[in-house]
Amino acid sequence: MNTNTRSIGEQELHAFADGRLDATRRAAVEAWLAEHPDMRQTVAEWRIQGEQLHHAFDPVLDEAVPARLTKAAKPASRLPTLRMAAAIAWLAVGGLIGYQLRGAPPQGPQPTSSLARQAALAHAVFSPEVRHPVEVGAAEETHLVAWLSKRLGAELKPPRLSGQGFELVGGRLLPGEAGPVAQFMYQDARGQRLTLYVQRDAQENGETAFRYARENGIGVFYWLDGRFGYALSGEMEKPDLLRIATAVYQQLNP
Amino acid sequence: MGRHDIVAEIPRLRRYARALTGDAVRADDLVQDTLERALGKWSLWRPGNLRAWLFSIMHNLFVNQARSPRVVDYPGDEALPELPTRGNQGDALELRDFARSLARLSEEQREVLLLVGLEDLSYEDAAKVLTVPIGTVMSRLSRGRERLRALLAGNEPAEMHLKAVK
Repeated sequence: MNTNTRSIGEQELHAFADGRLDATRRAAVEAWLAEHPDMRQTVAEWRIQGEQLHHAFDPVLDEAVPARLTKAAKPASRLPTLRMAAAIAWLAVGGLIGYQLRGAPPQGPQPTSSLARQAALAHAVFSPEVRHPVEVGAAEETHLVAWLSKRLGAELKPPRLSGQGFELVGGRLLPGEAGPVAQFMYQDARGQRLTLYVQRDAQENGETAFRYARENGIGVFYWLDGRFGYALSGEMEKPDLLRIATAVYQQLNP
Repeated sequence: MGRHDIVAEIPRLRRYARALTGDAVRADDLVQDTLERALGKWSLWRPGNLRAWLFSIMHNLFVNQARSPRVVDYPGDEALPELPTRGNQGDALELRDFARSLARLSEEQREVLLLVGLEDLSYEDAAKVLTVPIGTVMSRLSRGRERLRALLAGNEPAEMHLKAVK
């Protein structure tokens, strides 16, 4: 570059090309460039570069935004508050289950069968995991409880199912159809596992009795309560699973 | 300004990512990663320049990806950088030349040229996005513009010997 550039300053030439000088300096640079045709040409080419950038890439602005990007920008599935809303359900679930178990037959909306499917899928994915079955293990139950409790602003205790032969392995958070989902995993002495899946269901607001489904050999008891859906999944017989679902209720409602 | 404003930034993020990577799919992957990271870090955002904040997130992701050997590099000389389609293809060849030349800049130079020339960020904001001193921004801008000029003119010097402005 021309050594005379220093008299006006190369930075200032770029600022001039980018239209970022005030009127006084702009006039000074213009006067200087009038006497330095080489640099005037260079600066003109810098400006053309900027125009070409816009020319080449501005059409992207008019393209339809792919749905996956719009979805990724929506906070609904990612906010910590929603993440914890699933856990809040723990505090409310007991009353409903108790109501159901006492024999009253509520006729709420049908629970979404996708809840059972998603729960069974999550069970199928994580229950065989040897090294990483959960995000936070039961050994860190204090941390697990604090983690969830902090987010929901209320104390939370995963039910203990020792009486049914199952110990808490830990818990994890999963992406669900309508937002984050909490999954708690339990295991018995033989290594058999069951999972409790808690999701926020934005579309449903009814209450239902226990419903049962089988998905690829996995039994699922599931029900809705207000905006929350629950599913207990295990590769076991229906009466055994119901027995444990009952125990879940009893744990939450001493 | 709230989270919904992020949606309004998507077209510009896509434009920038397209120019940065030269690849439509990789660009949208980068945008998606940026959006997800932004929402995850939302509590860290302070009222200010949302766009610059998003670009800084994208920059970090881009730099990390560029370090990863698994990621496809910017298309080389033989590959034609992908350009958005437009109605008038009369200047398509010229645009191809331009995009190819742009692709031959270093990533550092390309980032600065795009942030300043395409996104119209101030030099200060560009420096913040890239977490470098403003002198470095000016230096990269100078070298990038000169190299691009040489490439477009068909002159590709082995090395530029421009005075660094620091």
